[in-house]
Amino acid sequence: MLAQMRDILRGDAPSDRVVPPAGFTAQLTLFASGAMAFLAVFALALSLAAGRIADRWSEELARSATLRISAPAEQMALQTDAALRILRQTPGVAEARALTREEKAALLAPWFGSDLPIDTLPIPQLIEVIETADGYDARGLRLRLGAEVPGAVLDDHGRWRRPLVEAAESLRRLGLVSILLIAGAMAAMITLAASAALAANAQVIEVLRLVGARDSFIASAFIRRFTLRALLGATVGTVLGVAGVALLPDASEAGGFLTGLGFRGAGWLWPLVIPPMAAGVALLATGYAARRMLRGLT
Amino acid sequence: MIDLDNISYSYGGGELFSDVSVRLTAGSFHFLTGPSGSGKTTFLKLCYGALLPTAGRLRVFDMDVPALDRDGVALMRRRVGVVHQDCRFLDHIPVADNVALPLMVSGMNLSQEQSNLAELLTWVGLSDRAGALPPELSGGERQRAALARAVVMSPDLILADEPTGNVDWDMSQRLLRLLVELNRMGKTVLIATHDLQLIRAAKAQVQARVLRISNRRLQLAGADL
Repeated sequence: MLAQMRDILRGDAPSDRVVPPAGFTAQLTLFASGAMAFLAVFALALSLAAGRIADRWSEELARSATLRISAPAEQMALQTDAALRILRQTPGVAEARALTREEKAALLAPWFGSDLPIDTLPIPQLIEVIETADGYDARGLRLRLGAEVPGAVLDDHGRWRRPLVEAAESLRRLGLVSILLIAGAMAAMITLAASAALAANAQVIEVLRLVGARDSFIASAFIRRFTLRALLGATVGTVLGVAGVALLPDASEAGGFLTGLGFRGAGWLWPLVIPPMAAGVALLATGYAARRMLRGLT
Repeated sequence: MIDLDNISYSYGGGELFSDVSVRLTAGSFHFLTGPSGSGKTTFLKLCYGALLPTAGRLRVFDMDVPALDRDGVALMRRRVGVVHQDCRFLDHIPVADNVALPLMVSGMNLSQEQSNLAELLTWVGLSDRAGALPPELSGGERQRAALARAVVMSPDLILADEPTGNVDWDMSQRLLRLLVELNRMGKTVLIATHDLQLIRAAKAQVQARVLRISNRRLQLAGADL
């Protein structure tokens, strides 16, 4: 297929000349490939962003846990010290640190505002636990905490981390499936356009067969046209799509979940794959349409 | 050159002709005649592989035509020049390119063939019409352009289907002279026509055999022609 693509780009004057100038199928192919490439850019951006989110959540949450201590005010400091001592003695725990008053206030601020009188409320003490690469024995730790710090509950984040990562992974897969569907829809549209062009040029094909043209010569004339049109349309669509992605709000400014949709670093190079892929799809689709049509002629 | 052995051809439930046997040797000149609808065009189509016989053995250039694949048929057609009554041109390219079409599809270098092409267009009297588009040509010019296209590859066999059907007597004589000239150059010529005057005029210039399709059979026509 690469050799065929090279021949197409190099051009073949005789086979180009024998097919009449393009009709509506040229515009259809240009538009379809442009629109599909535009959509493919967004599907690609979604897929890459979802992948990044999945990786980040996986990494950030995998090695951390939270210990929550709910105890009467007079016992809080005692139980916190006991829990910290146990954690520091536990193999697999790299670091254990009680959240400060300001950190707790910051956690509650999105719901209750920054002026919450946190000292007057019975808020549990939170301890951030960071694991080593080997991890700790969560069951054993829970048993020990249960015996020595009755108000402690260990949350290793697994309960809510797993569905989040799975959701992000699903989103990434959805993006990839969308790209495949887009390629399939583009192939179908180009096959239809090529079939229409071949049918409109049935007399030309008949004359070419009459004077000794091989099927490969006839097919190449159509394949070259449709491949170049798809390449052009997809290039325009990709440029517009990339511009659209670039204009999306930056994650750092808005800080929301959806604003992270876009390309990062070398990810900006991925859309460059779309135009050649569109040309490849057009090449295969037109070749299929041409072979199917030519088989029916003598 | 062309060897038909007990050939039959049927379509739509009916038999157009049956048990046709004939051999056209290299360098011969044949006319194929018969009433309208007798199968003259079908016979020619069998000779260049556009149709396949329903029974019998068909060999062209010692090749079993029904056994050829699509590329094989295409290669065989490069050795056959066909002139249709309706000429069949590509209307969007000039006459010179239409004449050069067999060279183009064969992958030959057109720039090296320019002098031959110019010579050929002069031979058929179309040198001043080389840049015209086919719809701009008269009936006679179209027939001569079709003849030029048929011989541009210097084929061994020339098949012409009513080549003088749409032209006046002077032009038909001119076309006939070109075909006779080709035959003298060693080409095998088979012309399907119902124009008996043309056949008589040809027989005065060249030793031609006349085949007649009648009642689904191919016969050698009598001396009355």
